[in-house]
Amino acid sequence: MSKREVRLMQGNEACAEAALYAGVKFFAGYPITPATEIMEILSRKLPQVGGVFLQMEDEISSMAAVIGASIGGLKSLTATSGPGFTLKQENIGYAAMVEIPCVIVDVQRGGPSTGLPTLPAQMDVMQARWGTHGDHPIVVLCPSTVYEYYTLTVQAVNFAEMLRTPVIVLSDAIVGHLREKVVLPELGELKIVNRKMTTVAPKDFLPYKADEDGVPPFVNYGTGYRYHITSNNHDEGGFPATNNHQIADSLLRRLHDKVEKRRSEIVITEEIMTEDADVIIFAYGCTARSAYSAVEEARKKGMKVGLIKALTLWPFPFEVLLKYSKQAKHVIVPEMNLGQLAGEVERTLKDCPVKVTRLNRIDGRMITPEQIVSTISEVI
Amino acid sequence: MNTQSFVFTGSGGQGVITAAIILGEAAAIHEGLNAVQTQVYGPEARGGATRADVIISTEPIHFPKVVNANVLVCLTQEAYDKFGRIVQPGGLLIVDSLYVRATKNTEARQVMLPMYETTKKEIGNPVVFNICVLGCVLALTWVVTPDSVLSALKTKIAPKYVDMNSKALKLGLDMGEKWRASLGPVAAQKEAAKIKKS
Repeated sequence: MSKREVRLMQGNEACAEAALYAGVKFFAGYPITPATEIMEILSRKLPQVGGVFLQMEDEISSMAAVIGASIGGLKSLTATSGPGFTLKQENIGYAAMVEIPCVIVDVQRGGPSTGLPTLPAQMDVMQARWGTHGDHPIVVLCPSTVYEYYTLTVQAVNFAEMLRTPVIVLSDAIVGHLREKVVLPELGELKIVNRKMTTVAPKDFLPYKADEDGVPPFVNYGTGYRYHITSNNHDEGGFPATNNHQIADSLLRRLHDKVEKRRSEIVITEEIMTEDADVIIFAYGCTARSAYSAVEEARKKGMKVGLIKALTLWPFPFEVLLKYSKQAKHVIVPEMNLGQLAGEVERTLKDCPVKVTRLNRIDGRMITPEQIVSTISEVI
Repeated sequence: MNTQSFVFTGSGGQGVITAAIILGEAAAIHEGLNAVQTQVYGPEARGGATRADVIISTEPIHFPKVVNANVLVCLTQEAYDKFGRIVQPGGLLIVDSLYVRATKNTEARQVMLPMYETTKKEIGNPVVFNICVLGCVLALTWVVTPDSVLSALKTKIAPKYVDMNSKALKLGLDMGEKWRASLGPVAAQKEAAKIKKS
C-alpha cells in the first residue's frame, strides 16, 4: 500500500477537494467571507479537470447558474455565507420544486444581515431548513472536523444526485478556516453516486414520472427529450397543474417521501462515551468540538457524560435522542445561536423524563469546554 | 510533550497567521504530531488585531482554541494590550522590543527581543520578520526542529526566497539562544530543563 499523504488542511480547502472527488464539474458563486477559499480553489482546479468555474454578478444569479448547469447534466455546487445564503433561498426553493440536484455550502458567520463578517456562528440552522418558502424537503449536513467537512461534502453531492434535491453543507467560520491534520480518502474509497438516467425513448419520456423510490429518472436538457420545467405545481409531463388538488397533494408528498424513504441512509450521528451517560451533550458543527473536550474533562472528574454529535441536522435526527430518553436524565444543547436546534430537541423529548438545558453564545466566540463543564455541574 | 499551545498576535499583514500555519505544518506533516491552527482577524485586508492559535499534541485535539497559552507572541502594542493575559503562569511571553512596550506584570517569563530591527538590519527585507519570530519561538521551546520548519517553508515559497527565509529562521534561532545564554549558566540550564520537561 502506498504511504498516504498527511496534510495540514483548511476546512474550506477540504470542501473544495471533496467537491472534485465527488465529481462536481460546475461551480458558480460570488465571493464572501468566510467561504471564499472554496471558490478560489475551485477557480483554479475545476478547469484542470474539464469543469467550469463562473464568478457571477451576485449570489442570486450564481444559484441560478448552478441549477442551470445541473439541468444540463453537471454535478454542481456553490458556496456562500449567511447573507448570500439568504439571497439564494428563492432559487433553492425552485431547485427543490423542479427536482434539480445541487449542493449549497453555507459557511456560517455571525448575523443577522452582514453581522460579524469574520466571526463564527451557528445562526443559519433554521434558515437552512426553512429559508425558502413552502413545505419543501431539504437535507442539511454539518461537519465539525476538517475530515468530516470532506466526507460530508462528498455525501452532500451523493444525496443531491440520489434524491434530485438541493442539499446544504452547513459549516461555520471555525470549521471553514480551521487547519487540521488529515489523511484524505483515496479514489475509490468513498462511494460516489451519479444521478439515475432515464432508459426510455424520447417519445415515452415523462420528466416527473417517479420510480418506486420517489425519484424521477433524469435526462440532460437539450438531448432530444421533451422536458418542460416549471416551478408551478406540475404533472408528470412537467406542465403546470395549478388547479388540480390531487396532483398538488401527491407531488408535494412525493417530494417529502423520497427523502423520508432514505432516512436511515441520510441521518448521520455519532455517539461518543454515551453507553452509561446520565448527561448527554447534543452538539453539532464547531460546538461539537467544545463538547468533546468537555466530555473528556467531565469524565476525568467522574461524571457520567456523553456526546451525541449530529452530522445531519435536517431531517432532524430524533431517533438517536429517543434511544437515550430512558437512560439519560439531562440533555444539554450548546449552540452558537439563541437555541435553534434546542427547540427540536425539546420537541422530541417532550413526553420523556429528560430535562433539556440550553447553552447559548452569540458574541462571535466559540463556546468553551469550561462553559459546558460548568453547565454539566449545574444540572447534575 | 503532551500538548503545547501557541498564540501569535500582531497586526494584519505581519505574517502571524503564516507563521502559525508553518509551525502547524512542521508538527503535523514532518514530526507526526497532531496539530490544529485557527485564527481571528478583522474585516480589514491590512491592520487590525490578528491572532493565530496553534495547538500541537501527541493526543487528538478537539477544542481548537487556546485558552491559556504556553507561548504567547505579541508583535504590536495593540495585540499585547488585547491578548497579553492569555499566557499561562510559567509560560513564555515573547514580544518585539521595537513595537511593544511590555508593562504587564504577568507570571509568565517575558522575553523582549529586537526581532523586527534585526531582520531589517541583517536581511534588509522585513517581509521575513515572521520567520525570524518563528526561529525565536523554536529556540525557546524546541517544539519542533528547525529542519521541519524549513521543510514546511519550502512547500510554501518560491525557490528563490528559500535562502532569505532560512537566514531569517537562523537569525531568530540565534537570538533565542543568545537570550537563554544571557540568563547565566544556572538559569540557562533551568530554562533548558523546563523545555525538556514540557
